[in-house]
Amino acid sequence: MQQQSIVAHIPGLRRYARALTGDAWAADDLVQDTLERACSRWRLWLAGSDLRAWLFTLMHNLFISQVRQGMTRARLVPTVDLDDVAHELRAPDAAIGFAIDLQRSLLRLPEDQRVVLLLVTMQEMSYEEVAKVTGVPVGTVMSRLSRARARMRELLDEPKERCASTDSADVTKKCAPVLRRMK
Amino acid sequence: MKTPMNPDEMHVLVDQLPPEAQRQALAALTLEDPEAAATLAAWLEQRAGLMELHRDVLDEAFPATLRQAAVRVTALRRSLNRSWQHAGIAAGFVLAFGVGWTSHGQLAANQAPSVIAASGMAQHEFVRQASFAHAVYLPEKRHPVEVTAAEQDHLVQWLSKRLGKPLKVPQLSAQGYELVGGRLLPGDIGARAQFMFQNEQGQRITLYLGAIAQKSAKPEAGETRFSYQADGAAPSFYWFDQDFGYALSGNVSREKLIALATLVHQQL
Repeated sequence: MQQQSIVAHIPGLRRYARALTGDAWAADDLVQDTLERACSRWRLWLAGSDLRAWLFTLMHNLFISQVRQGMTRARLVPTVDLDDVAHELRAPDAAIGFAIDLQRSLLRLPEDQRVVLLLVTMQEMSYEEVAKVTGVPVGTVMSRLSRARARMRELLDEPKERCASTDSADVTKKCAPVLRRMK
Repeated sequence: MKTPMNPDEMHVLVDQLPPEAQRQALAALTLEDPEAAATLAAWLEQRAGLMELHRDVLDEAFPATLRQAAVRVTALRRSLNRSWQHAGIAAGFVLAFGVGWTSHGQLAANQAPSVIAASGMAQHEFVRQASFAHAVYLPEKRHPVEVTAAEQDHLVQWLSKRLGKPLKVPQLSAQGYELVGGRLLPGDIGARAQFMFQNEQGQRITLYLGAIAQKSAKPEAGETRFSYQADGAAPSFYWFDQDFGYALSGNVSREKLIALATLVHQQL
C-alpha cells in the first residue's frame, strides 16, 4: 500500500519538477534526488502524515539549496536536448505557444515566487499547505503569490518575438532589459 | 462584488471558487472596475494555463531508477522492526572494525601469520589491481561503466557468469550511494568485476571483486579479516572470503568507508 502510494506520487513530482526547472533531465534528477533523500530521511516521515506534502517539502528544500549553489542554472545549459526543443522549432499552435510562453515566464520568476505559484495552481494546494511545504507563514505565501501573478502578467504581455530565437538559458540576461516596458 | 477586491480575496476567487462564481465576479467587475477585471481575467488565464502545463508528463513512462528509489523508501520503512533485531549484530561488526582500525599494529597482531604468508602476495596483488582499476575508471565521464544500473539484471547475470560465482549488487543507498553500473576486468586467475557507486554530490566509490590465487592455508570458514589501506590511489577497505576478494575504494573518510563496507559485507 505505502509502496504504491510513493510510486503514485512520482508522475506529480516529475510534472512539478519539469515546470520548476524547465528541463526534462534536470527535473528527473530533482525527483531522483528527492526520492534518495526520502530514503535517507524516511525515519522522519511520520506514520499517518501527509505523504505528498512530505515529498514536496523534500523536493522544495533540495531545489532551493540547488538554486543557492547555482546548480540548476548551470545544469540547464548542457542538458538542453534537441528532442526537448523540437516542438519549439516547428510553428507551434496556439495552445503549445501559450504553454511555451508560460514556461519561459515561469523561469524568469524568482524561485520563491515560482514555487508558490506552481504549488497553488498546478498542484492545487491550499495556501496553508504551501506555507508548510515552503516553511514560511501564510502571509508570505500570499504576498509571493501576488508578486508572482503580477510579474507573470507582465512577462506574458511582453512581445515574444524578440526572444523567440534566443536560447532559453540566456533569456533572462539578454531579453529582460530589452523587453522592459517604457512607462 | 460591491466593494473593491483586495488581492487575497482575488486569489481565493481564482484558486478556490467554482467557475460560476468566477464568471459572475468577472462580469460584475468589468462594469465597476475594469482594471481589476483585467487583472482577474489575466490571473484566471494564467491559472488555466498552469493547470494544463506539462500535463502530458503525468502519463509518461518514467525512469526505472525513480521507481526503484520509491520502492526502497517503503522497504526501509518496513524494515524498521526487523532492523532492531539486526542492530545488535551490526553494532558488534562495527565495533570489531573500530578496534581493529585503531592502530595498524593491533591489526597485524590480530592476523594469523600463516594466513599472511600463504596468501599475502596474491592478496597484495589483488588490492593493487583494485586500486588501479579504481584510479582508472573513477574520473571517467562518458564511460565510467560498461553496463549501467538501468540494466542491472543483465549486469549481474553477465558478471556472475564471467566470474563463475553468483554475484549480488550491494544496496548502499542507506549511505547515500547509488549504483552507476559495472564492468568486467582481467585478474590473476580469471575475470574480476568492478561496480561503481555514486552519491548525490557526485562522489564515487568502487567495489572490486574476484577470485584470487589462494594458497593452501585458508582462513577458517565463516571468518573474515578486514584490512585498510590508505596508500593507494584512494583509501581501500578489503577482505577475503575463502578464495574470493573484495576491495571497496573511495576518497571518503575511514568511518564512512567502514560504514559502507559493513553494508557491502552484510549483503554479499
